[in-house]
Amino acid sequence: MVNADPQPTRPLLQMRSIVKQFPGARALDGVDLDILPGEVHCLLGQNGAGKSTLIKVLAGAHQPDEGQILIDGEVVTIPHPVAALRLGVATMYQELDVVDGLTVAENIYLGHELSTAGFSNRRTAAKNTRELMKRLGHPEIPPHREVGELSAAGKQIVSMARALSHDARVIVMDEPSAVLDSEEVENLFRVVHQLTASGVAIVYISHRLEEIRQIGDRITVLKDGRTVAQNLAVSRTPTAELIKLMTGRTVENVFPARAPIAPEAEVVLAVESLGLKGEFSDVSLAVRAGEVVGLAGLVGSGRSEILETVYGARRSTEGTVRVGGKKLRPGSVAAAVGAGIGLCPEERKSQGLLLDEPVYRNITLSTFGRFATAGLLDERAERAAAQEQSVALDLRPAGVDRNARTLSGGNQQKALLARWLVHGCRVLLLDEPTRGVDVGARAEIYALIRDLAASGAAVLVVSSEIDEVLGLADRVLVISEGRVVHEGPADSIDEHGVLDLVMEGSAA
Amino acid sequence: MSDQEVAPAAVVDGPAHAPSPGTPGGARPRRSMLNGSMGRNVGLVLALVALCVVGYATAGENFANLNNVLTILRLAAVLGVLSIGMTFVITGGGIDLSVGSVMGLATIWASTLATQTMAADTHWIVMVGVALAVGTACGLVNGILVAYGKVVAFMATLAMMVGARGLAEMISNRQTQRVRVDEFLDFFRADLIGIPVLVWMFAVVAVAGWFLLNRTTFGRRTVAVGGNPEAARLAGIKVKRHTMYLYGLVGLTTGIAAVMMLARTTAGSSTNGQFYELDAIAAVVVGGTLLAGGRGTIVGTVLGVLIFTTLTNVFTQNNMSTSAQNVAKGVIIVVAVLLQQRFASRSRSD
Repeated sequence: MVNADPQPTRPLLQMRSIVKQFPGARALDGVDLDILPGEVHCLLGQNGAGKSTLIKVLAGAHQPDEGQILIDGEVVTIPHPVAALRLGVATMYQELDVVDGLTVAENIYLGHELSTAGFSNRRTAAKNTRELMKRLGHPEIPPHREVGELSAAGKQIVSMARALSHDARVIVMDEPSAVLDSEEVENLFRVVHQLTASGVAIVYISHRLEEIRQIGDRITVLKDGRTVAQNLAVSRTPTAELIKLMTGRTVENVFPARAPIAPEAEVVLAVESLGLKGEFSDVSLAVRAGEVVGLAGLVGSGRSEILETVYGARRSTEGTVRVGGKKLRPGSVAAAVGAGIGLCPEERKSQGLLLDEPVYRNITLSTFGRFATAGLLDERAERAAAQEQSVALDLRPAGVDRNARTLSGGNQQKALLARWLVHGCRVLLLDEPTRGVDVGARAEIYALIRDLAASGAAVLVVSSEIDEVLGLADRVLVISEGRVVHEGPADSIDEHGVLDLVMEGSAA
Repeated sequence: MSDQEVAPAAVVDGPAHAPSPGTPGGARPRRSMLNGSMGRNVGLVLALVALCVVGYATAGENFANLNNVLTILRLAAVLGVLSIGMTFVITGGGIDLSVGSVMGLATIWASTLATQTMAADTHWIVMVGVALAVGTACGLVNGILVAYGKVVAFMATLAMMVGARGLAEMISNRQTQRVRVDEFLDFFRADLIGIPVLVWMFAVVAVAGWFLLNRTTFGRRTVAVGGNPEAARLAGIKVKRHTMYLYGLVGLTTGIAAVMMLARTTAGSSTNGQFYELDAIAAVVVGGTLLAGGRGTIVGTVLGVLIFTTLTNVFTQNNMSTSAQNVAKGVIIVVAVLLQQRFASRSRSD
C-alpha cells in the first residue's frame, strides 16, 4: 500500500482495517481511511470497489465485521444512523434524500424537530434555517419554501444544511456533482471551501477526476474492497497513476482516435429548423455515416430535448427530421425506431431498462417482435441474438439471464447499446452515455461508440461533460438557450471556448 | 447501490478481465428467480392443500366428494375468468374496478326481452355475442380514458363501476330477467366428459391467458409497459395503444364471465357481480402478481381463485357465516402480501 503522507496533524476520523462481509461477497476487505480536519478527502474507486459500503459503515447503516473507527483518537461504535449524527458524521447520499412535500426548514429538522412539549418551534426552526442558508451562501432560499419547487442544486443545499444542523464535523458527499451542471458545481465548490475553512472535513466521492483535481486535498483509492493507496496529495499525483491504481492497469488514451470521414459519405440524419415551443428553435444539423456529432451545453440549454424531439419522444412544433432522406412522422417513437434511430436515454434505470427482467429481454426490448411468428415468441432465437451482442460488447458478468438490476452502470449502458446493435440502427442518439460509469468502463464505451460509427452508423452525443463531447465527437454543436450558437470541428475549439460561447449565449 | 457493492467480483468493468470462469454466468440468478416464482406457487398449493385438509377434517364426506369438488370449480370458474383478465391489466400497471358492474350490465343486456327474442328466433349465440360486445366495449371505453384521456385508472374504472351498475338498473328496471332460451342453458349447463362446461371454459381461458402472457409479443409488451412504461415507450413500444388493448382484453373476459354467470344463475340481474372486482384483485395479488405492475403469473392467479373459492366452500359446509368468511379472506390477503414483500426484497438483494 502506498502511504504518501506522514500525518502532520491529528486525524479527526480514522478507519482501521474495516472488514464487511455480505452473504457471498466480501464487500470490504481491510479498508483504512484517515480524515484530517478541514480537508477535502477524495475517495476514488471503480463501481464495486466498496465506496458505498464504506460510507454506509460510516453512516451507521452497516455494521463492520472487523476493524475500528476512531474519532479524535477514541474508538467509537456507530450502531445506527442517529449515532453517526451524534458523533458529528453526516452523509449526503447520491439520491438526494429530501422530502419534496415538506418545506426547507421541515426537511432540515426532519428527525430532530425542534419542539417544546410536542409543539414544534417553527419560528426557531425558520430562524436557524435562515442562518444555515446564509452560511451556505444561499440566503435567497426561504425556510418556508417547499423543497419540491427547488432545483437539484437547491435540494443539495438543503441536504447540506441538514448535515450542518447536526453540527457535523465530517460530511460525506456521495457524487454530489452528478445531478448538477457546471455552474452549480462551481457553487458547490464554493460552499465546500467555506465549510473546510471552518474546520469541517469533507469526504468527497466522484467519478470525475477533473473535479477532484479542482477541489480535493488528499486521495484514498479503493479497489476490490481494499485501500490500495492512502493520503495521496492531489497536486502531486498524475491522473494516469490514479487510473492505474483504480483499475490495476494503464489507460493510454481515454478517447479513441478519430477516423477520417469520406466526403462522399451519405448524410444519414438530417434535421432541418427543428423546434419545440418553449424549449428550442431552429435547430439544423446533419450527421453523416461514420460521423460522431456532439451537442454541448448546460443543463437546461435544450440539448436533451433536441435529442428526444429528433427521436419522436417529444412532438416537434416546427421543422423536419429525415433519416436517409425519408421524412419522419413527428412525435412517434415507433416511426423513429422503424426508420432506424436508437436512443440511449439519460436516465438508464428509469428510462431505459426493465430492472427486474432478464438482461436478454432488455436487449431485445425494441426488437422482440422480430423473433415472433404470428405473435408467438421464439425465445431461443431471441436469447441467442442478445447473447451474441453481449459477447461482442464484452458485457460482464457474461450470461444474459440475470436481472438487469444486478449490472453495474457501465454494463447497463452496454446492454442499451446492445439493444440497438440487435436492431441494427443507422442513427444512434446517446444522452449522457457515461453518467455513473466508472473510469475504466468509460474508455470501453467510448471505443464502442467509435466502432459503431466506423461500421457506418451516424452518432449524435449529448453530454454535460464538455471534455467528453470534445474528445469523442468529430464535430460539435454548442447549444445555449435552445439555439445553436456554434458549429465546427471538435478539435478547433477547447473547453474554455465552449464555456465562453455558453455564457455569452445566456447573457444575450 | 448496495447490490452493486456486495458483489465486487461480479461488477468489475475493466476490459483486462476475460469473462471469468468463476462467475457462473447467468445460471445462478436464473435458477433462484425460478425458485422464487416456483416457491410462491408451491406455497399457494400448500395453502390450498391445507384448506382441503381442514375441509375434510371438519366436514368429512360432505366436503370430499366429487359433486362438491365440481361445485367449487363451477363457482371458481366465473371469478377465475374475470381474474385472468385482471391479471393482464395489473401486470400492465393498471387496475380495473369495473369488472363486477360491467359483468352485471352484460348479463342484463344479454337477457333483455329484445335480445332473448332475437336469440330464440335465430340462435342462442346472439346472447353470447351481446355479452362479449358489452364487456369489450366497456373495457375499451376504460382503456381510451386511461390511455388517451390520461385519467388515472383507479378513477376511470371507478366511474365505469358506478355508471355500468346504474345503466344495468335502468335497463332492467331492477327486475331479475330470467333466461328463457333453453338452448343457451342446455349448452352451458351441460357436462363434457363429466366436467361442467363452465369449468372447461375457465380452463381454456386460463391456458390461453398463460400462453398470451408468457409466450407472445403481447405478453412481453404487457410486462414491459407495466414494469417501466417510459423505457417501453423509448424502446418504440406503443404504450398507449397497448394500454387500451389491455382494458379491452379485461372487458372481453368480463363478457365471457357474464355468459357463464347467466348460465349458472339462469338469470340476468343488475346485482350480478357485486364485489367481484375486489375478489378478482385479491385473487390476482394473492397469486403473486405485483400490484405495481411488471410481473404477472397466471398459474398464481388460478391458485388464488381456487383458494378463495375453497375457503368459501369450507365455511359454508360448516354452516359458518359469510362474515366469518370475510374475516378469513382479509387475513389471507394480508398474509399473502406480507409474504410477497419478503420474496420481493430477497430477489432484489440477489
